[in-house]
Amino acid sequence: MYRIVKKRVLNPTVSLMEIKAPAVARKAEPGQFIILRVDGEGERIPLTIADFDREAGTVTIIYQVVGATTEKLNHKEEGDSLQDFVGPLGRATETEGLKRVAVVGGGVGTAIAYPVAKKLHDVGCHVDLIVGFRNKDLVILEDEFRAASTSLIIGTDDGSYGKKALVTDLLKEQIETGAQYDRVIAIGPVIMMKFVCRLTKEYNIPTVVSMNPIMIDGTGMCGGCRLSVGGETKFACVDGPEFDGHKVDFDEAMARGAMYKDFERHAYEEACNLFKQEVK
Amino acid sequence: MPNMRPDKNPMPHQDPQVRAGNFSEVALGYTREQAMDEAARCLSCKNMPCVAGCPVKIHIPEFIAKVAEGDFEGAYQIIAKDSALPAVCGRVCPQESQCEAKCVRGIKNDPVGIGRLERFVADWHNANATEKPVRPAPNGHKVAVIGSGPAGLTCAGDLAKKGYEVTVFEALHLAGGVLVYGIPEFRLPKSIVQKEVDTLRELGVKVETNMVIGRCITIDELKEEYGFEAVFIGSGAGLPKFMNIPGENLKGVYSANEFLTRINLMKAYKDGADTPIQHSAKVAVVGGGNVAMDAARCAKRLGAEVYIVYRRSEAELPARAEEVEHAKEEGIIFKTLTNPTEILGYHNPDDPRDPRNGSVSGIRCVEMELGEPDASGRRRPIVKEGSQFDIGLDCVIMALGTSPNPLIKSTTQGLDTEKWGGIIADENGLTSRENVYAGGDAVTGAATVILAMGAGKTAARAIDEALSK
Repeated sequence: MYRIVKKRVLNPTVSLMEIKAPAVARKAEPGQFIILRVDGEGERIPLTIADFDREAGTVTIIYQVVGATTEKLNHKEEGDSLQDFVGPLGRATETEGLKRVAVVGGGVGTAIAYPVAKKLHDVGCHVDLIVGFRNKDLVILEDEFRAASTSLIIGTDDGSYGKKALVTDLLKEQIETGAQYDRVIAIGPVIMMKFVCRLTKEYNIPTVVSMNPIMIDGTGMCGGCRLSVGGETKFACVDGPEFDGHKVDFDEAMARGAMYKDFERHAYEEACNLFKQEVK
Repeated sequence: MPNMRPDKNPMPHQDPQVRAGNFSEVALGYTREQAMDEAARCLSCKNMPCVAGCPVKIHIPEFIAKVAEGDFEGAYQIIAKDSALPAVCGRVCPQESQCEAKCVRGIKNDPVGIGRLERFVADWHNANATEKPVRPAPNGHKVAVIGSGPAGLTCAGDLAKKGYEVTVFEALHLAGGVLVYGIPEFRLPKSIVQKEVDTLRELGVKVETNMVIGRCITIDELKEEYGFEAVFIGSGAGLPKFMNIPGENLKGVYSANEFLTRINLMKAYKDGADTPIQHSAKVAVVGGGNVAMDAARCAKRLGAEVYIVYRRSEAELPARAEEVEHAKEEGIIFKTLTNPTEILGYHNPDDPRDPRNGSVSGIRCVEMELGEPDASGRRRPIVKEGSQFDIGLDCVIMALGTSPNPLIKSTTQGLDTEKWGGIIADENGLTSRENVYAGGDAVTGAATVILAMGAGKTAARAIDEALSK
């Protein structure tokens, strides 16, 4: 069992947990992910490593409640334990030799962008961190973002905080006003990554995206997480999760991501009803 | 005087109509009377051809003689000397091409039902034996075993019995490897695997789940930082193959590994399970091995009309005859001499948001005919000109075989592998790295449970010799 040593609510649907998992913390690197099961009957879900503390032996995850499993996870509190927690899985982000990078995050994806930005910033790279949220209430980790970047640019869809703009517009503005990026790293909803890549392609800026498809084992065994990258089939769990964004078939990834939508919606409603009954 | 009945005592089975709707075990096992009657068919040949056919050389006539006497525990003890997993092997070994293929009774009639007797003896022991395994005195040596499939479990068990401190590292959340994620409940009940793992624990073996060796700990770290004097790699062949034809990434295309893992490990077939699985109307399983049969029979149990699509003829099906027969009885339709060329997808030109977009709508195939034998000795399938046809369906499962996972190779310097990924090991299982052994599918590529078990035994013996010097 893996104990939850800290839980922090970041916004109404997004929370952070620090999990005691020394074997994972020992090797974790930005860009990698873990797979967890909440309880003995639970499904296996992948979550990107948001932070880690090798000394304390903890790994931080940040999740948004989107379905039955994240709902169950969200009902766990400090001191409770998770059934399974395995990792680190996947390849780490390559950060060597980069001088100036735009790290672009959307929604809960910003939490995944954070450790990458932090690592780049720590090694002296100029990091423009561009994060987008739907509105002010959903903005998370602002202090952490600021500390992990050379400049932090926040946008909201409705203009209630930061600039009223999509991350693609904010990135475009940076490029147009002369920022010379060696690389753009985009992490967030698939549709956001698709449009970031479309933009950076115009400017010929190498762009890396972090894919988070449906997975079971996370070790290359099931192939459920496969994607088309440059016309070749790749497994996100072992070949990724980061790929050359200009080569990823995002439309296929979106379709595959929606494979169990009906099941998931139903399971989520069931889980919510169950927790409501418990409250009564 | 032996029982000269020409045919084997038939195995009692669940009715095909009934079992096609449940996940309970298909073969029900002999009664004690049936077992003793079948055992009496053995001629106790002096030269024991059956033993020569067994990859781990179980003393077959000896254990059968005990069964004939009604001494079932005595029979178990004889099997246990050579096999670590008799309840498993009695169910999934291809006896018809091993021990039973050599049985003298099989020349004119049915061979003795050796596999059925092995299963009976193991089940009898599991149900009746009360003695707990005795934990031997520790000998002070530490060995790490990677993977908890048949090779790893066997190696761990043999070493633990000699007093080694053994830790088994498993990547998934449950021990058992292919026995739990791959082979379905109706062929191998998971309680049997669990019992084997529990027995190992009683012998003092530590089982660490959720440990992906190569990622969270490397082989070198196991030796240098964790103090393991020897390492056995039994990580199997888990990487699924695809055909590289158009449409393979459509929604509704599964590798057999994914489909079976969802069902067997994650119990997606149960109502209310957290892990989803597609409940399809019509399914094509591509391939002709045991895994293809398992996937097809699982899909059938989830309510689908199921086709096996295989490019050679029925005679070349690599699956066990018994599995093919069971599949047919359950209503699986065989399309042999048929090869897929494309998986067709649904696309609504008027509505890009139609949720069915990107889903499987059919499979395009060509008919094949058999030409001259190829390198494998089997007749090479050739495409029949102008034979293209489509089958409308909503799910395709690719059961084309698996290859070893490259994770350990890529994180272990100096570990030599074949081009196709198999770890190179000598006849004792020793790899190119000192005190690092390997066996099972990780070395041979996808093979059988009994061969993996044999490799685990051989390596355990070699590790014992190396460390007790």
